[in-house]
Amino acid sequence: MIAALPVSKHFTATRNACKLCTPLGACLAFSGIEGALPFLHGSQGCSTYIRRYMISHFREPMDIASSNFGEHTAIFGGGKNIRLGLANVIEGYNPTMIGIATTCLSETIGDDVKMFLHEFRKDHEGEALPHLVHVATPSYTGTHATGYHDAVRAIVDVLAEGGETQKGVVNLIPGMLSPADLRWLKQVVTDFGLAPILLPDYSDRLDGGTWSQYMKLPPGGTTIADAARMGQAEATLEFGFTGEVATSAGTLLETKFGVPCHRLGIPMGVAATDALLDKLVQISGRPVPDLYAGRRGRLVDSFIDAHKYVMGKRVVVFGEEDLVVGMTAMMAEVGLKPVLCSSGGRSKKLAESIRAVAPEIANGCEIHEGVDFEEIADHAKELAPDLLVGNSKGYKLARELNIPLIRVGFPIHDRIGGARILHVGYDGAQARFDSIANSLLEMRQQDSNVGFTYF
Amino acid sequence: MTTSDILEARKAHIHEKGAAPFNIACEKQSVAGSVSQRACVFCGSRVVLYPIADALHVIHGPIGCAAYTWDIRGAWSSGPQLHRMSFSTDLQEKDVIYGGEKKLYQALVELIEHYRPKAAFIYSTCIVGLIGDDVEAICRRISAETGVETIPVHSEGFKGSKKDGYSAACNALGQLVGTGDTTGISPLSINILGDFNIAGETWVIKDYYEKMGVEVVATITGDGRVDDIRRCHGAALNVVQCSGSMTQLATMMKEKYGIPIIRVSYFGIEDMSKALYDVAEYLNDKTVMQNTKNLVRDEVSKLIPQLRRYKQDLKGKRAAVYTGGAFKALSMIRSLRTLGMKTVIAGSQTGNKQDYARLQELSDEGTIILDDTNPLELAKFLEEKQADLLIGGVKERPIAYKLGLGFCDHNHERKIGLAGFEGMLNFAKEVHATVTSPVWKLAALRGRLHHSGDES
Repeated sequence: MIAALPVSKHFTATRNACKLCTPLGACLAFSGIEGALPFLHGSQGCSTYIRRYMISHFREPMDIASSNFGEHTAIFGGGKNIRLGLANVIEGYNPTMIGIATTCLSETIGDDVKMFLHEFRKDHEGEALPHLVHVATPSYTGTHATGYHDAVRAIVDVLAEGGETQKGVVNLIPGMLSPADLRWLKQVVTDFGLAPILLPDYSDRLDGGTWSQYMKLPPGGTTIADAARMGQAEATLEFGFTGEVATSAGTLLETKFGVPCHRLGIPMGVAATDALLDKLVQISGRPVPDLYAGRRGRLVDSFIDAHKYVMGKRVVVFGEEDLVVGMTAMMAEVGLKPVLCSSGGRSKKLAESIRAVAPEIANGCEIHEGVDFEEIADHAKELAPDLLVGNSKGYKLARELNIPLIRVGFPIHDRIGGARILHVGYDGAQARFDSIANSLLEMRQQDSNVGFTYF
Repeated sequence: MTTSDILEARKAHIHEKGAAPFNIACEKQSVAGSVSQRACVFCGSRVVLYPIADALHVIHGPIGCAAYTWDIRGAWSSGPQLHRMSFSTDLQEKDVIYGGEKKLYQALVELIEHYRPKAAFIYSTCIVGLIGDDVEAICRRISAETGVETIPVHSEGFKGSKKDGYSAACNALGQLVGTGDTTGISPLSINILGDFNIAGETWVIKDYYEKMGVEVVATITGDGRVDDIRRCHGAALNVVQCSGSMTQLATMMKEKYGIPIIRVSYFGIEDMSKALYDVAEYLNDKTVMQNTKNLVRDEVSKLIPQLRRYKQDLKGKRAAVYTGGAFKALSMIRSLRTLGMKTVIAGSQTGNKQDYARLQELSDEGTIILDDTNPLELAKFLEEKQADLLIGGVKERPIAYKLGLGFCDHNHERKIGLAGFEGMLNFAKEVHATVTSPVWKLAALRGRLHHSGDES
């Protein structure tokens, strides 16, 4: 008998990372404010790479300014460049807000961005300046998910203002979701007669229509006025599983302005969507609109119709931690069997979150934080999965294993419509369930010698 | 403050042919706060070395630089696929504080043992110099211990522009050149420099040369192999495309080994034919010249009738070209002329004075020449000049689409070969597909600007 090879040899290097760097997440969050422009304090390459990466997914304009470090800047500090850069951005774009994220370079040389911004404001005293929001995003800490959350908090910190509570106004802090998800969430809150303030809201800006003239900054986004009103909302709904609660934007609104924060899982799947609707019933005092009861009914009916095609099918899930937890919950509900849940993030909460939302599968499932795609591949090959669920970077593995890849999350670089993938709510569960079930049927059809045309 | 489409500091980088004496500013650091379409030093090195398929490419730094360059380019390999892996030391906060040398050393030992590469390139990113890592010393040690030549690439992002990255890459390649055995190399031989085998283009070009009876010693770096590069100093001639990235290496080989250089482009019928004739002429061999004549005649006579139907639809349409280097823009203008199209805007990220001078000579009156432009300027000129097509890379694509005009990807991410005679046909198809697509009729802006009643 041949001795089993070790599943995974440890590598010090990261091989095909299952994560991106912190500034990318910050740029995404900043682009959800109306008229805002992200600005990276570092080398030119950071903004160009991140732009290309995001444009390839969203297929929309994505301008990110840069302070364009040169050798002198790295030696003498980036103060001069950031001031000049901000002035040029204001002249070129006239933004409502500039979201300034640092990079590994500016953080390593110890640039005091706070002080630079203070000086910039002083230099331009009496002028109407855009809001300047700064977040520290050295790429040697955390992942793009961390950068996203920290930037959302920074926006709230600068823009939100206290005041008398505005009845019916509900803050929605959704986490890193698709434009389609953001649209769905705004709609559901509105359908309960509430007025949502969604932060950030890049649903139009990163999934917009055609233009009648070129726009320096694409239309859409949370308005500055709405972001300010967040401190006066009746409640905050904050979604997530693995984020740092103590430093979340919802927590900040609660401690600073006394806005109660309701923390929920990302509403992926029936149970999590039910929980969201229950919460909205509680906040609004209204019953669930009939529309949603109908959708839920059709969804569960479709689960029943197709349950035997998906039951026990083995799934490898990968991507941002919150997405992995949400998708795992959704899949466990229908009898799919996640056998490997993996992420490049290191929240130390992935396993406990999965146990909480999908206790029925958690014991039989490998859960790995801080892994790269090659480690995921090593594990996956041992686990004989039927299906991969995650972003398009999993295609290499899907091809190798000859199994379908259900594309969710970010980035989707090898298909169109990444921005339109709906993950949340009954509709998101319906769309993802249909695509999973149909991919499995297609595999059966392909693998069959008969080539049957009827299931 | 008032807003403007063109920042004061950017004005010298823009020239309208005929409007003023030609004196464009170029080869400068991008203006802070302008959204340059350029990348950085690291990017320059990475694009040049990436296609060497049997080498290990390790990026020393935090994860971003490696993540954003993982298997994005269409630089294909006929054999090993090691270059498509993204290896990073993924530096963490403690590495930044205590230094990343140990991590780099350990990472390299494991990777070299596992993947057994022919050589290893170690790219330094922004913070490596700042935290004081002695990458050279680690590379020397690894080379000595593993026997795999491990070469540092000094590509810290902020140390200049993308062009300085090309230079760092050429220095790294220079370490390999001259270390292999040149026995048996034909006097009728060349190296192909500066073609990156995007969508298999190097194969097309190599095939032409071989049909001419010319031996191709090394392709640098498209479908590149370490051992070929080691012996490429045995070739009789260096044929350089993408001169921005490869002139330095070719010059080094000229000085050290006396290998002459010719500069070519493989885009468009004229430039492609000229490249083959120039090589044949240089090699001064009757058979090669006869083969070249036959090849060009066959290819061109096959191609011209096929282009006719595209030209019919494209005649008189207006194009904008924005490329990495300016030399390539020249070929684009000629190729567009072949299709009956007029270039109204031409620019590049990293062109030099000489290239821009040739570009403006070739251009029609009123053509806008742009150095290191940004989305605001591009959008402004595309609207003003009423372009029907933008040729560029992924970052430029949404500008075209939101303005309601066609787009052709001519950058390294593309998966369609545009070089050579067959590439010209692909180019015509690509341009035709986008310019004549019915979708524009549904889009608001295009409807307003161009198609108000002129459609049959």
